[in-house]
Amino acid sequence: MANVAVISFPGSNCDRDIITAVKHITGTDPAQYWHKETSMDKHDLVILPGGFSFGDYLRCGAIAARSPIMDEMMEHVWRGGYVLGICNGFQILTEAGILPGTLMRNKQLQFVCRDVMLTIHQTESNAILAQCKEQMQLQIPVAHNEGNYFADPDTLKKMADKGQIAVTYTNTGAENYNPNGAINDIAGVTSENGRVLGLMPHPERKAEDIHGGQDGRLLLTSVIEAAS
Amino acid sequence: MLRVTITISLKDGVLDPEGQAIEHSLGNLGYHEASDIRTGRIISFTIDETNLSRANQKVAKMCETLLVNTVIENYDITVEDQVEDE
Repeated sequence: MANVAVISFPGSNCDRDIITAVKHITGTDPAQYWHKETSMDKHDLVILPGGFSFGDYLRCGAIAARSPIMDEMMEHVWRGGYVLGICNGFQILTEAGILPGTLMRNKQLQFVCRDVMLTIHQTESNAILAQCKEQMQLQIPVAHNEGNYFADPDTLKKMADKGQIAVTYTNTGAENYNPNGAINDIAGVTSENGRVLGLMPHPERKAEDIHGGQDGRLLLTSVIEAAS
Repeated sequence: MLRVTITISLKDGVLDPEGQAIEHSLGNLGYHEASDIRTGRIISFTIDETNLSRANQKVAKMCETLLVNTVIENYDITVEDQVEDE
């Protein structure tokens, strides 16, 4: 099983949830790091949890992306390490320039917190999704105010060509199937090397039967297995 | 000491739902002449620097590394002499 680490920032509030979910999958506690730390052991998978790091001041994830621990994160990425950024973690990865694009305010100007249907794509071109089935459908909740993914047309084209548009909101026919107005229904993207995944939905909130389903656990298990 | 003002705005073509909501509300109040409303942010501070062009260069670097998300935002820098309090 993969050796997993979770980084917490001031204002992270889903770190305990993801630590619990990882422990239930791997059987061991993931390593934990605080944003001020300047050294990090080698890990297979580093997870940036959801929350409101630094109160979302300036822009969501902007200040966290310039934290001391992020130098170690960049080292991990350059080494070809696996990274999963969830919600605020996704915002931090875009602010750090590790993932393309950005996450803007929800189109409807409202915080959205509910289940959405997701489709997983590009499982062959992304190592982090290698254990997922292509076109897999998952029901996982979102909870965010800035999840409206945006990138300029040239960037989107490059991402599509390289198979980086990995998770989309499934068009179920419902008017609000896309919960935030994200361009091309993008819910999650990967890095060019296919080892970094950022996604707005919270798999750790759908990881036990008591949560009303285990689709999130399925996704987390796949990511952890891929990183192993 | 110089005073810096950075005006940050969304790039053309980037959707501004907040601007649209404000425009809608102004319309409700009868101000139909207001259109194409764009929102932004102003960051101002004092910089310990006396040379204008050096200050401009430093501030541009601050914008590129932290203050502005150049994927969606433009910025405009104004640097001027600090007005001393009387």
